[in-house]
Order: sequence, then structure tokens, then C-alpha cells
Amino acid sequence: MRYSLLKILAEGLKGNTGWTPVWRNPEPREAYDVVIVGAGGHGLATAYYLAKEFGITNVAVLEKGWLGSGNIGRNTTIIRSNYLLPGNEPFYEFSMKLWEGLEQDFNYNAMVSQRGIINLYHNDGQQAAYLRRANAMRMAGADAVMLSQDEVRRLCPFLDFDNARFPIKGGLMQPRGGTVRHDAVAWGYARGADERGVDIIQNCEVTGFQIEDGVCRGVETSRGKISAKKVAVCVAGSSSRVMSLAGMRLPIESHVLQAFVSEGLKPTIPGVVTFGAGHFYVSQSDKGGLVFGGDLDGYNSYAQRGGLPVVEDVCEGGMAVMPMIGRARLLRGWGGIMDMSMDGSPFIDRTSIDGLYFNGGWCYGGFKATPASGFTYAHLIARDEPHPVAAAYRLDRFQRGAMIDEKGMGAQPNLH
Amino acid sequence: MSTQDNRLSGGLIDRERPLRFRFNGEELQGFQGDTVASALVANGVKLVGRSFKYHRPRGILTAGSEEPNALLTIGEGAYAEPNTRATVAELYDGLSAKSQNHRGPLGFDVMAVNDFLSPFLSAGFYYKTFMWPRAFWEKLYEPIIRKSAGLGALSGEPDPSSYDKGFLHCDLLVIGAGPAGLAAARSAARAGAKVILADEDFRFGGRLNAETYEIDGRPGAVWAEDTAKALAEMENVRLMPRTTVYGAYDHGVYGALERTGDHLPDTDGKPRQVLWRIYTKRALLCAGATERPIAFGDNDRPGVMLASAVRSYANRFAATPGKRIAVFTNNDDGWRTASDLAARGVEVAAVIDPRDGSPRAEIPGASVFMGDAVAGTKGRKAIREITLASGRSLAVDCLAVSGGWNPNLQLTCHQRGKPAWNAEIAAFVPADPLPVGMSVAGAARGALSLQAALTEGQAKAEAALSDLGFKVSGEPVPASSDESFAVTPLWHVKESKRRAWVDLQNDVTVKDVKLAHQEGFLSVEHLKRYTTLGMATDQGKTANVLGLAIMAEQRGISIPEAGTTIFRPPYTPVPIGALAGRARGKDFRPYRLTPSHDWAEEQGAVFVEAGAWMRAQYFPREGETHWRQSVDREVSTTRNSVGVCDVTTLGKVDIQGRDAAEFLNRVYINGFAKLAVGKTRYGMMLREDGIAMDDGTTARLGETHYVMTTTTANAGPVFRHLEFCRQCLWPDLDVHLISTTDGWAQFAVAGPNARKLLQKVVDAEFDISNEGFPFMACGEITVCGGTPARLFRISFSGELAYEIAVPARYGDALIRVLMQAGEEFGVTPYGTEALGVMRIEKGHAAGAELCGTTTAQDLGMGRMVSKKKDCIGNTLSERPELNREDGLRLVGFRPVDKSHALKAGWHFVSKGSPTDMAHDEGWMTSVAFSPSLGHSIGLGFIKSGDTRMGEIVRAVSPATDSDIEVEIVPSHFVDPEGERLRG
Ligand SMILES: Cc1cc2nc3c(=O)[nH]c(=O)nc-3n(C[C@H](O)[C@H](O)[C@H](O)COP(=O)(O)OP(=O)(O)OC[C@H]3O[C@@H](n4cnc5c(N)ncnc54)[C@H](O)[C@@H]3O)c2cc1C
Repeated sequence: MRYSLLKILAEGLKGNTGWTPVWRNPEPREAYDVVIVGAGGHGLATAYYLAKEFGITNVAVLEKGWLGSGNIGRNTTIIRSNYLLPGNEPFYEFSMKLWEGLEQDFNYNAMVSQRGIINLYHNDGQQAAYLRRANAMRMAGADAVMLSQDEVRRLCPFLDFDNARFPIKGGLMQPRGGTVRHDAVAWGYARGADERGVDIIQNCEVTGFQIEDGVCRGVETSRGKISAKKVAVCVAGSSSRVMSLAGMRLPIESHVLQAFVSEGLKPTIPGVVTFGAGHFYVSQSDKGGLVFGGDLDGYNSYAQRGGLPVVEDVCEGGMAVMPMIGRARLLRGWGGIMDMSMDGSPFIDRTSIDGLYFNGGWCYGGFKATPASGFTYAHLIARDEPHPVAAAYRLDRFQRGAMIDEKGMGAQPNLH
Repeated sequence: MSTQDNRLSGGLIDRERPLRFRFNGEELQGFQGDTVASALVANGVKLVGRSFKYHRPRGILTAGSEEPNALLTIGEGAYAEPNTRATVAELYDGLSAKSQNHRGPLGFDVMAVNDFLSPFLSAGFYYKTFMWPRAFWEKLYEPIIRKSAGLGALSGEPDPSSYDKGFLHCDLLVIGAGPAGLAAARSAARAGAKVILADEDFRFGGRLNAETYEIDGRPGAVWAEDTAKALAEMENVRLMPRTTVYGAYDHGVYGALERTGDHLPDTDGKPRQVLWRIYTKRALLCAGATERPIAFGDNDRPGVMLASAVRSYANRFAATPGKRIAVFTNNDDGWRTASDLAARGVEVAAVIDPRDGSPRAEIPGASVFMGDAVAGTKGRKAIREITLASGRSLAVDCLAVSGGWNPNLQLTCHQRGKPAWNAEIAAFVPADPLPVGMSVAGAARGALSLQAALTEGQAKAEAALSDLGFKVSGEPVPASSDESFAVTPLWHVKESKRRAWVDLQNDVTVKDVKLAHQEGFLSVEHLKRYTTLGMATDQGKTANVLGLAIMAEQRGISIPEAGTTIFRPPYTPVPIGALAGRARGKDFRPYRLTPSHDWAEEQGAVFVEAGAWMRAQYFPREGETHWRQSVDREVSTTRNSVGVCDVTTLGKVDIQGRDAAEFLNRVYINGFAKLAVGKTRYGMMLREDGIAMDDGTTARLGETHYVMTTTTANAGPVFRHLEFCRQCLWPDLDVHLISTTDGWAQFAVAGPNARKLLQKVVDAEFDISNEGFPFMACGEITVCGGTPARLFRISFSGELAYEIAVPARYGDALIRVLMQAGEEFGVTPYGTEALGVMRIEKGHAAGAELCGTTTAQDLGMGRMVSKKKDCIGNTLSERPELNREDGLRLVGFRPVDKSHALKAGWHFVSKGSPTDMAHDEGWMTSVAFSPSLGHSIGLGFIKSGDTRMGEIVRAVSPATDSDIEVEIVPSHFVDPEGERLRG
């Protein structure tokens, strides 16, 4: 079914009786060409592009809960391609370009909203680091603007310019950055994949891999065995647990990241603002809630909930940089498990087991990567060679010393 | 002025204390003890707001914190607080409240056209359109959507209130002071336990205040008051009214918000709210239950209220929401509304009960319709009439609805616990595992009758206490009647012809739930996310179960099969200001001040933040109008005579022990074993992954005693790293570490006259001549006639230089002495800018070069790596990609056209290459104007830099539109042979 304004009008007039399910709920078949583990953003995007770009449709996406129940439905929805390093920036810029045509491509309004993202800086050192980054972005074909203090003030007059502990000196802005309605991304990809014949199987947990002589031939699930020529894992926060079922240890730690939303408010914050000095970032959703977050809780965990100290820490950052939000109320907080890698960058790679592919290590930045991750993972699965923009995301990069460490924090996942 | 037409007699309000307030500008009156909602009810105000999507007229639904409709902006100007639930806002004199989310006056909201478009605005419609043309989303559609969405508005002004934070500890935290909570607190208190009793209401008693029950022969509200009074007198009890326990966190920690000032016209400078972290041994949740509505046609009209709320207004606040009220209930409790109203002389038009059988009570004057239901209402801005499923119509001005009760089990879900379905009360109840240390009593657990609440409250408190080893008295439970709560679930009235609301605030109707089902959004979470059910400020307290039940009906499965709804913290929304407390403005983070800070301030220094430190950036002198003039002068004076700089902020680590030398050997890339006593050495350390971590000097003061310095930024991380190595990697080494960064005030004294200056300060018995105290010497000395000090002959500036350290308390005195002694040489203090200029002139790496991705080799220190020993990071530094032929090297740069100023953050591209990522060869890390050379200089990393001396490359900055030629030069711009510092 094609969605359009006309369709809405027609349906509205006949009592909205003609809408059909956005995806089927099929029973798993015995075998597929490709089995994707995890119906998060990346898994669903991978299935979508496999079908659409690479003509592989005999595909199942297996999801232990409901589709989109993981981090795709828990993130703060920010998209940007403001990376520094050559291993990253072309990938994220590729993703940004896919975002820009996504809704027309999959005929679903995911509310890709390029209202801009501003990273504030407070001293000369940070300014230099941002200028270096801005130039890297421009050299990779992305957009980047250095803002003076006055320009930041004009865009965000509500920031604390006069009384701040860390005075705002300016910012790095990516005008094409913004937000996307996260659930709609999962649903749009799911709908597009389903339409092209992909089986999305919910409530189907992968509990093991069928590995014979170093070759992966399928998976064991809570709903029986499913054979596959290729098995592609992309389970984000569950990466280390799932890959351990195949006997693999990953350069990944699991950490909780919390996020929060305020009650609905009339528009007050234009785009995304990040305040690195205070671990706070915020945007305002179309419904009016301030969506904000900060740092990881800091300790390893698989529990999808966070602690109180970080809630307070994040709000302190918020009040420090925009004291007008004091009387806005925090409505809900939640936590997601982050697959934090040793250098803060992801993996899209084959594994030492033939037929088993891995996609993970997205840290807290994998939402913006969703289209490119799906596209390049599909490329890898279909062609057995990495897509050029994702060529650096290899599992052996630590062995080679080819880390992609944007923040320069080293092998300390909770600092990335 | 309105006349409080709907005021009844009695109630728990103080008629001696009338209060004036304004609603949308109209002056009204209420009494002490009113909420804004009860005062509006008393004044006959029905229409209080507009709904989120369709802008439908809305009235007060509830009398508690679950209110979805009556959200007002309370207060004026910067004090305005949007989305405040009128049902919990205490009235005070002069309060000003405004309705929200309408364009034009509340009565004539132009946005109400949305309601007529509703067939096209069904659940999720926006996912299906607004896609063409692409650019229109940000420019047209979205701005319109954003503007019409949202509820109240922030003032845009900094929050003028202050907030505090505190910590509390107790044996038993009782959450909720209704009958269960009071009974629990009473018996726990008598057992001698440390008890905290918290309730979000300003009056203890919970439902007792709203009901006509009796306990131990007294009216319930009186029993509650007496019990609270008795508790208040006990030292081991802390009563916390106006306190919402909003979250249950790990390890028995609870978050609570106490509203200390929201009920006062003026907090008089005191905090408006206090955020408590309560550390409990046990907690007892006695949060009661919340009534839920029934969905039927146009059930969102102002005047349609929860039956229990109607009872609260009538009994507690002596305000009747209508003059002719009908009651629609599927349970016995709803009938109490009818009988209480009748008893208070309010006309009850009818009781409609969908269950069969005989009327559950005798209601004078009321028609009773058993086996019937309300299927529709009329009246645009307030209800006028109801239509029953049987077709009959009745004129009413208020409809009290009861669909049964949902236990307030939110806190039991905060650690991701899942509730279980209890068919008897047709509601979810708390289920194991509960948060550790928590138990639940009374209505919150599904025990809905009063006697059950009292009995359970006491029993659970006693159980928790005996668990903790207290002796419990086992006294008799207060006695009350045991009324019936029998319920036959009815979620929505199928005979309804018009839209029936499930989530009032987010405008989710039964149709939307059905549409979600039709489109395959079957899981509860999909339902919620697709329709926005339960996502509003009330977190679906009155809506979730209804929505779930309707979905279950659609799918033909039971409610528990369809799923559960869980809740996330906070229980009710918490102001961000309260969560931040006092950490805002300049108090966001503490300041660290150097020992010479006061003195520097006297000199008119300009300060700069360096992490938490404030450091003097430069010291402007009279006549200097630009910072560069001051900095150039500071550099020149230092290079030509002498300058003094406070370098206290650099990290200092005292290292002692028999194996201290071995320890240093293992953490530094270069050898320290042979460093002689009285000598200092520059060292570099790597992270485990082979990347440069930090550099600094380490001085050997004694056989087993070293003092290490680190960079300012890494003082903490390096110390942590060293402790990790000591405790976890090499516990066998005899070595001890103390961070002494704050213990010593340290000053760099640099320049050709540095020694002469110091000779005036250092006590005469210490020889600091070039022979007696050569370059890299160190020692313990005294200054100013016996004050202990340390002296290091090290130089960051490249001049003849020393660093002198005294215990921090003498720092202020020492800077004054140094400056006085230096007067004859024209000494200058210099700040971080001049420090930076001089280190760049010397090619020393600092934070911008030690950026966490560069190796010792990149920094030009590859040869420092000792091959005779192993050290942390050595092995991994040998990985091939870190040792590429074309790896980055730190080199110097100067503009080909000397008039150009360089900028850190520029990238390097070979001449003739395009400016793109594939041809990116490195970047400029640090720049300065060198007064010594008279032009701008820079340090930076460029591929194979060490083999490209003299090459001209382009320094490009597409982000700032510049592109100039620079020459690659050695990084030592001044005194490359290092003659000065040895002089
Ligand atoms: C609070 C928070 C804020 C964030 N903010 C941003 C942001 O602003 N911008 C941004 O770019 N990124 C952000 N992220 C990160 C981003 O959400 C993730 O990196 C990204 O969603 C991960 O990819 P995914 O969507 O495929 O993961 P998920 O949605 O987590 O998908 C993984 C799926 O695998 C399933 N699964 C797990 N184990 C099994 C099994 N054994 N069998 C079957 N299925 C299984 C899970 O149920 C899940 O559905 C944020 C994350 C969080 C938690």
C-alpha cells in the first residue's frame, strides 16, 4: 500500500477502514538465504537494502521481543555527520545523504528534520579541536560552520552567556544535523522490507548458532532451528552476549546510557544543542518534549535502567547551560544498553566463522548510522566485500593498530 | 468576583482564611486548604483547558496527581510554571493561573478546527504524509506541527527559584500516608524504628480525607489527623507531607521531591523545592489506587469526572462539581459517590450501572438504570446531557464515572519489574520481583477495602521490622467497616456512536486503538508508540489499562496475554531545576584557585578556565589595549630578563618506596633506574594501547623518594593510572603514591636573570650556581630564612629556569617575595598565554599534541623509548599501523607570507592536491605569534613530516574559507641548541 495525502483523505472519508497491516507476522520457515539477528534499526535497514539494493529477498529478521524494542526505540534521535576521522566521516556523511532521501525512498514519514546541531565550545583548545573537525567534515563533503559567540546567541538566546561557570565562546554547527522520529525509522524499514518479501519474525530469540567445521549454517531459536546460508548478527547492546553463543569474544563492553524527556512545551529550542563541558545535550521533539541526555552511568551493566546520580548530573548540565528549563519537568527517563567498543567506533565485518557476519559496537551513536549501516552491511553480506565507506570497521583493527578513536580516550569504552 | 456558587458546607477547608486568585485574568476566591482545582470547582468553572491534538474543551477529571486535563500555567513572568496539575496545586493568596494550548481565548480556540478534521488525523496519520516536496518538511509542515503541539510555554527566562538537595536515611520508608501508610508508620514508630512517612498531598490521610468512613469510631479524616499528630511527636519519625517519592533506584535508594515553597505566595529566599535521596533499609509502598474511567462517546466533555474525584471535591473540599449529577459505575465503590452526594444535599439525577441485578444502594431522588450504560454526551464547553445505551437521555451538569481501580504500583516497576493481572479487581497488581527491600500494602497491592489497608499496612510494617531485628508489639489493628469493591469490568461502551477517549491528554480514542490493531501494531509497546497512548504527562495513569483492554478485546485474547504496562521513573514529573539543585550558574562546578590567585587578581590578571582551575591568562599593564600586547611583553621580558608563572596546577605525585625506581621504569618509556639523587628527568608515559598518555618531569629527591609532575589536564587520570598499576598490576612492588598537586605552590622562574632573582630568595647556604645546581638538578632547600622549599632546575620556556615549590599555604607569600626580589630586573608575571607562546617556540608538546591518538614516534620521541626495559604500552606501540612509513610527525610550520596568522585546526594538503579527505595530510595543533621571531608560528602533525623539512604545503580551512602556504620547519623555533637553559 502506498501512503500519500490522497490516501489519507480517501481513507478518512470512508472511516479509515481500508488501512492494512504495515507488516505481516509470518511463521518462521525452515531455511533462508540470509538470517538477520535483531530487528533493531540496523537489522531492519539491512533487510530492506538487501532486498531493495541487492535483490536478496529470501531473508528473515529474527527479533527476541517486538521489532524496534531495543535501542532504536530508546535513543535521543539525533542525526549528524560531524565526525573527525577518515575512517568515520565518509561513512556518516553517506548515512546523512541516505537520511535525506529516506522518506521518499521507503514511503514513510520518519520526520527527518534537519534543524541543525550546535556543539558549544568554551575555550581556545576546544575551538581549535572543533575547527579541525569542521575542516575534516568539509573535506569529506559535509557541511560545517564555525559560529562566533554572537551567532550562537542569535540562534539560542536562552543559553547562559553571562553567568556561566564555563562561558560559551562559540560553537560548531552542522546545519544538516537534526533529529528523526526513531520508531518511524524502524517501522518504515520494517514495512519496506516486509513488502519486498522479508519475513520479520518477532518474539523469536536466537539462542545458539549451528556451526559445523568453522562454518555457520543457521541458528537455534526459541521457535526452533532455522538454517541459513549466511547469518548476520546486529543486536547492538546484546552483541557480546549473542556472539558468545558462537564462542566469540568482542572488543566491546556493555554500558547503560540514560535519556530523558520533559513534559510537552511550546517550541523553545530550535535544533540540537550539545554542551560537552557539562555532559548535556538536548533537542525538542515535534510533540514539544525536551529530549535530553548526558553521559553513561559508567559501570558495565546489562540492566536497562540507570541510576539517580546521572539523572542529577545531566540536569545540572542542563541548568548550567540553559537555566530557563528549571521549571520544565522531567517526565520520563529510561536506559539503554550500549555496545561500547574499545575505540568508540563500530564494526561491520565478517567473522572468523564462515557465513557469520557481525555488525555492532555502535556506542551511543548508532541511530544516525542506521541507513548507512544497513546499506553497507547488506553490501558486505551480498558481495562478501566491505563497502568502501565502511572499510575501516574491521574486527582486527586493534591487532593492526588501526584504531578509529575520535575522542582519543584509548581502550576505555566508558570514556568514548 | 464569583460567588463560590458550588460551595457546600463542611469539608477540610479553613473558611477563616479566604484566598484570592485569578484564572485567565478573572478574579476568584477560595479557601486555605483548597487546591486550584477545588477552588475552580467551587466557583463553577468547568472549562479549564484544551486537548493536545484536537483542541477539544476539557475540564477537571480527577482530584489527584493522575490528572490528564487540568494543566495550567501557574505564576507570572519568570515564575510561570507550565503544565501544572490544578488538582495538586495548593491555592495561595494571589495565585495566578492560566489555561494552555489554545489560540485565542480558551472558549474560542481557533485550533479547534482540528477536531473537525479528525477523520484525517487518526493515529499515526503523520507517518503517511507530509513527504512531498522533500524540503517542505522543515520549512512548512514541521513548524506548523511544532507550533500546535506542546502544552504550556516556558518563559524563556532563567528560573528565578532556588532548589536544595539533601540525603536522608531510615529503617523504613513509608510511601503514602493513607490508612495503610499511617497504620504502617504508627506500628513501625512504636517499635522504635527510624521511620520516614512521605505523601505527595499536603494533608495526611489519603482517601480518608475524601471519604466518609470511620476508624475506631472516629471519622477517618480525624483518625488520620490524630495519628499524624501522634507520629509528629515521636523523635524517630520524620513526616514529609508535600513530598513525592518519585523513583525507586538500586540498593534501596529512593528519590523524593519535597515542595517546600510551592504553596506559598513567596518563598522568602528559601528553596522552592528540596530533592531528597532517601537511603532505606526497607520501604513500604502504600500509594493507594487510582480510579479509571470508562470510554464512551464524547466522554471527554468538561463535567465528566472520575467518581472518586467528585467525592473528593464534595467531601474534602466542600465543593460540588455540579448541581445535577449522574453516576456511571461498573463497581460498588462508585455508588458511594451517589450516596455521599445525596447525603450532602446535591441532586443525584441517576445512577447507571452496566451490571445486572438490584441497585447497590438507596439513593434518594435518583433514577437507577441497571444493565445500562452511558453511550454519549452533549454540550460543547460543558456537559449538558447524557445519552444511555438504552436510548434514554438525561439532563445533567456533571457525570461521575467509575470503571474500577488501578493500584498505584508505579514504583514497583522502576527496576523493570512487571505487574501481574488480578481478575478479581480487574487490574494489574505488583508482582515479584519487587525492588529489593520493598513491600507493598493496601490498595497499592490491590487490597481495596479500608480494613484490608489498615491490616496490611500494619502487618507489612511489622514484617519489615522484624526482618531488621526490631521487636514488634503486635497491637490491635484499628477497626473500620469493610465495604465492597465488587467490579465487573467494562472498558468501553460499544453502543457509543461518537469517538470515545482513552487517553484524554494525548487525544487517543478507542478508534485509534482499533486502527493500531488493524495496521498490525499489536504489541502494547507498538500500540503506545503508534497512538501515543500513555505518553502524556500523566504517563497514562488513567489510560493505559483501558487501552490495553481494548487491544486485548480486538485481538480476542486476555488482557495479561496482550501484555502489561510498566512504568518508568519518575512517578510524577520532577522539575529539572530541582534535579539540578544548586549546581547552576557559577556554582555549576567548584572552582580551584591557585595559591597566587588573590595576588594575581590584585594585579588585574585576566583569568581563564583550565578544567576546574582558574589560571591567570595574562597580566595587562596600563596602556595595553590588546591581549597580544601584554602577552608579547610577558614573553619578551621573560626571554630578556625574568618572568614568574604560577604552575601549581600541574599534577604532582609523590612516589616513595624501595621499588619506586622500578615503578617509574615500568610506567615511563625512558629509563629512570639510573637517575641520580638530586636530578630530574623528563619522562613520557604511554597508555596500555601504546598511545602517548602524558609527559612531565620526575625528580629524585632521595634514594627512595621521587616527585613526578604531570600536565594540568591529566593530573587526575595519570594518578588514577599509576594507582591502577600499583594496586592491580604490580602489588608486589614496594611503592606508595600520594597526589600532592594541592599541597605545593609551585612557580616557574624563567629568564636570564632567573638565578639572580632566586639567589635573593633562596637561603644562602644553598648553592644554586650553574655548577652547584646545574640544568636538571633538584633539591630540598629553604627560602626566606628557613621556609622549606623544593627547587627544580627545569625549563618549559627554554630559558634558564627553575621551578620553586613551597607548601601551598606559603604560596601567596612566595609570589610576593619573588616579585619584590625581581623588581630590580624588571620581572614580569606571565600567564598561560605567554607560557603557551614560549613552549610553542620551543616545540614542546602539550594537550593539543598529546591528544590521545598520537604515539611517541609521532611526537618525535621515538628514540626516547628505552630498548633495555619493558614499559606499559611498549608492546602495543609496536603494532604495524602505528609504525607506518608515512606516519604523522610533529613538526613546526611558518607562513610563507610572514604577515599571515596561523590557526590551530587547519589541515595540510600538498601543493597541487585537491582539498579533500583523501588528500588530507595532517593538521595544525598549536599556534602562536612569536615575539622573538616577529611572525606567527605553528606546531602540527603532517605525514612523514620529519623528512619534509623545507617543503611548502597548503594549510587549508574550508570551514573558515582560508588557504595559505606554509613551510615545514623544525619545531624548535628559538634557541634550537638549548644553550640558554644550560646557561
Ligand atoms: C539513551 C540513548 C540515547 C541514544 N541517542 C542516540 C542519538 O541521539 N543518536 C544516535 O545516533 N544514536 C543514539 N543512540 C544509539 C543508538 O540508539 C544505537 O546505537 C542503535 O539504535 C543501535 O542499533 P539498532 O537500532 O540496530 O539496535 P537495537 O534497536 O538495540 O536492535 C538490536 C535488536 O536485537 C534484538 N536482540 C538482542 N538479542 C537477540 C537475540 N538473541 N535474538 C534475537 N534478537 C535479539 C534486540 O531485542 C533488539 O531489538 C542512543 C542510545 C541510547 C540508549
